[in-house]
Amino acid sequence: MRLWLTQATTSAPEVDHLILALLLISAAVLALVFGLMLLYMIKYRAGSGIDRGALAEKTWRLETSWTIATLIAFFGLFIWGADIYLRLFQPPPDATKIYVIGKQWMWKVEHPGGQSEINALHLPIGRPIELVMTSEDVIHDFSVPAFRIKHDVLPGRYETLWFQAKTPGTYHLFCTQLCGTGHAEMTGDIVAMPAPEFQKWLEQQRTSGTLAVAGKILFMRNGCSGCHGGNGVGGNQAASTVRAPALAGLYGSAVTLANGSVVTADDRYIRDCILLPATQRVAGYPPVMPSFAGQISEDDLLKIIAYIKSLATENPS
Amino acid sequence: MSATTIETSEYASSYLTDGFTLRSWLLTTDHKRIALLYLASITFFFFIGGAAAALIRYNLLVPEGMIASAETYNRIFTMHGVVMVWFFLIPAVPVTLGNFVVPLMLGARDLAFPKLNLISWYLFIIAGVIVVYSLFAGGVDTGWTFYTPLASEYSKGHVVATVVAIFIAGFSSIATGLNFIVTIHRLRAPGMTWYKMPVFLWSLYATSVILVLATPVLAMTLILLAFERIFHVGVFDPALGGDPLLFQHLFWFYSHPAVYVMILPGFGVVSEIIPAFSRKRIFGYNFIVWCSVAIAVISFLVWGHHMFVAGTSIYSALVFSILSYMVAVPSAIKVFNWIGTMHKGYIRFDAPMLYALGFIGLFTIGGLTGLFLAALGADVHLTQTYFVVAHFHYVMVGGMVSAFFAGLHYWWPKITGRMYPEMWGRVGAIIIFIGFNFTFFPQFIVGYLGMPRRYHSYPPEFEVLNVLSSAGATILAVGYLLPLAYLTWSLRYGDRAPANPWGATGLEWRTQSPPLTENFDETPIVTDPPYNYPPPEVVQRRV
Amino acid sequence: MWLFLATEVLFFGAIVLSWIYCRRWNPAGFDAGAQQTQLGIGTINTVILLTSSLVYSVGLAFIEAGNRRRLIQCCALAWALGLAFLILKFGIEYHKDFAQHLFPGPDFAINGALGGGARLFFVFYFVSTAVHGIHMIGGLILVGWIILRARGDEFSPLYHTPVVVVGLYWSFVDVVWIVLYALIYLVGRGS
Repeated sequence: MRLWLTQATTSAPEVDHLILALLLISAAVLALVFGLMLLYMIKYRAGSGIDRGALAEKTWRLETSWTIATLIAFFGLFIWGADIYLRLFQPPPDATKIYVIGKQWMWKVEHPGGQSEINALHLPIGRPIELVMTSEDVIHDFSVPAFRIKHDVLPGRYETLWFQAKTPGTYHLFCTQLCGTGHAEMTGDIVAMPAPEFQKWLEQQRTSGTLAVAGKILFMRNGCSGCHGGNGVGGNQAASTVRAPALAGLYGSAVTLANGSVVTADDRYIRDCILLPATQRVAGYPPVMPSFAGQISEDDLLKIIAYIKSLATENPS
Repeated sequence: MSATTIETSEYASSYLTDGFTLRSWLLTTDHKRIALLYLASITFFFFIGGAAAALIRYNLLVPEGMIASAETYNRIFTMHGVVMVWFFLIPAVPVTLGNFVVPLMLGARDLAFPKLNLISWYLFIIAGVIVVYSLFAGGVDTGWTFYTPLASEYSKGHVVATVVAIFIAGFSSIATGLNFIVTIHRLRAPGMTWYKMPVFLWSLYATSVILVLATPVLAMTLILLAFERIFHVGVFDPALGGDPLLFQHLFWFYSHPAVYVMILPGFGVVSEIIPAFSRKRIFGYNFIVWCSVAIAVISFLVWGHHMFVAGTSIYSALVFSILSYMVAVPSAIKVFNWIGTMHKGYIRFDAPMLYALGFIGLFTIGGLTGLFLAALGADVHLTQTYFVVAHFHYVMVGGMVSAFFAGLHYWWPKITGRMYPEMWGRVGAIIIFIGFNFTFFPQFIVGYLGMPRRYHSYPPEFEVLNVLSSAGATILAVGYLLPLAYLTWSLRYGDRAPANPWGATGLEWRTQSPPLTENFDETPIVTDPPYNYPPPEVVQRRV
Repeated sequence: MWLFLATEVLFFGAIVLSWIYCRRWNPAGFDAGAQQTQLGIGTINTVILLTSSLVYSVGLAFIEAGNRRRLIQCCALAWALGLAFLILKFGIEYHKDFAQHLFPGPDFAINGALGGGARLFFVFYFVSTAVHGIHMIGGLILVGWIILRARGDEFSPLYHTPVVVVGLYWSFVDVVWIVLYALIYLVGRGS
């Protein structure tokens, strides 16, 4: 019976320290509570015959002081927990993105180079990894106890979590949001390896090209290039009948919408443009982009988005 | 004064002898008889939920799951949650002990709306029939939380039937809450100001406010869920422009205050028992009663702590975390005050006191583990694991069910006119305390190690802790069956109870056991503060 | 009764909040749906209900002054207006809505990009008006009960608490309707 859990990421020890502190505080409070109770049960039992003396009359000073002490302790715990949480969910900008799709009852993982896995995720230690996740059906939850991290995976949107593994090994992956009959079977292995081994593993996988390359084919097959131009240079009167925004250099840039707000073009934004264009009307362009909802699968969406992202580096903006 | 001048005698008449026909029971408007009707009903549901629990722990004896079908297991734990939450924990103390004791404690003849009280029982029964039907028809597999889109679109269970049952049970709760609030405002005996009321009444008042304000939100949430399931309209479906998280916000807006509905009456019961068995007034009366109110108010502001990894903004998570810490403060104050009550008291260890002491211990553990979950960084690791399961079972079962048994034993002489066998009462309390810790403490550990909740099967390294937990569950089951046995036995063979067997203060002890239908011969007039036990030096001089 | 009305505020509040939340994410669809509502019938119904509340309050003033006959007449008129509301809403307006395929089922009229939002709008429309209608039927029963008791000479200037209590409920149902009227018929009509 094992009573410890590997601290496989850089943030795992922080989480464990917080839990340990909570444990020690709880033990102290319990010792106080149980101790006093036992003491009084013995000392003040009905037949004990000891002299009780008069009762304290003004007790509000005592009550106020233990109330304030409790408030201060709780506030301290809140700050500590919040600090870890904020860093747990704000990924560094240079993290390698890996895509995860959950569905009843399996996990599909796609690496940027096109390698895909089912119910497994191979990753290098020593580098920040960001998982971009969505679901094809119900809400799931991607959970890796050894990494002390989990997050719900929702249909219709992208959720992210990030970590930096430090200890090589194989760790449990669990789905931790009830998702139907196969919920307990929706488990897998997270394999963390030193970077050179990971590189070798990547090369050994059979792929049909990187995600971006596959995405380019889909970009043309679905007619995106008809309005947005080959290589995403954008549509104009000469090339097509529609004025459409250029996509080169789009990823990561700031976009002004028709209602005046400014958003960053990240994975979520691009996905919403493809599936719900009516909600992402860009300033200065006619609202004529059709919705591709129901026509492109989550896997294909990832590839198209990867392609659009790659246009940032291939073409100068 | 706590003098008990009414002698033990064979009572020729009481509310129990006031009519022996089935009709006199099923059409009664006497709050005491309604309380017994409810007691029978919730005991029935407690054993259904308990049977489901036994099956859960049986399944988890081996890593691959003793019950072959994962779908069956999903339906079992859903039924366990639905029945225990809505058909046992939420009603338990208010509708049994509350219905019986509140008018007596206030010096009143009955509740403000006796017929509404009977209607609320019938609503509960109708809801119960529907939920039992749904159980026999195959049940639901979505968990008691009914998260969408699983519950609205993908589940093949009887979601609508179950949700209708809960909807109707909700009206039963609202009616009870309404009744208590009006009764406490309007039917107090002459001289009983708010600050002369026992803490139990303040707790029920706070509980009723939550019931009355939170349950309607659940009603609307369930309507939307049923609508979506029947007509596939997309309120919670992102493909049609809806939002699955909306369901979670609406659901938890009700369900978090609901857990305080479950525990506040327990606080009230313990606040009656500790002074009675320490023979001393309660420590810090003002703080305790206002803490109940504070808990009721703040409980509406913390629902987001069930959603820290659900996809809400990290800034909203900060707000909910600090508020969750705030709501823990009044509960902590109550624990300190109960211990303060014991200080310099004359403590007796009858069964109600043992249960109440067990409550303080188990609730404190459960409450402390709530602090782990309120800490955002820790919650990410611990949420959705058995750590959470252990946390809420410590507060709800170790806490609330112990408090329910404490109150049941404490007021049993008043309700039935009989004493239960004291030795068996103490044995039961101790078995429950031991069995409970054995069952649920290992779950904290296995949860930290990563075992997810609602899993039909699990990795082999969690086996030892699961077996320990299931072993504890058998002890716990014995502990719960024991009172059923000896309390039933006492109905016929128990000693006749005097009006005030404990020598406690409180108007309910100033009338015979069991009371007459009208409760009091003459309306009592209240002049003393609550818990007016003589100070220690007086007791000592007498001793 | 105030306490009961507090529970009702939370009941209707939940759906109004959900409505507002869903509209935020689907403004175009909600507007498309809103433009299909029957503004004429809705407005007439609002006038009817407001008048009904007013008439009932006048009846309350009459019994406070001791005039039992006028109380009964006012309640009867309020009752009739309430019935007219229900007939207009469920008899005529719902009939038109169904004929135009506005019920969010398989043959829903509005499709395309705005279909999802319009469907959601009509979910809220049907759920909230149906629930409101059930409350109105309850109100009619209560007002009818007041009329019967008044005819049995149970009320006087000294005792007419049930009249006040039912009046509170009736006015509340009216206020809820005003909120629904704005959300159903007015918001999104202009764009």
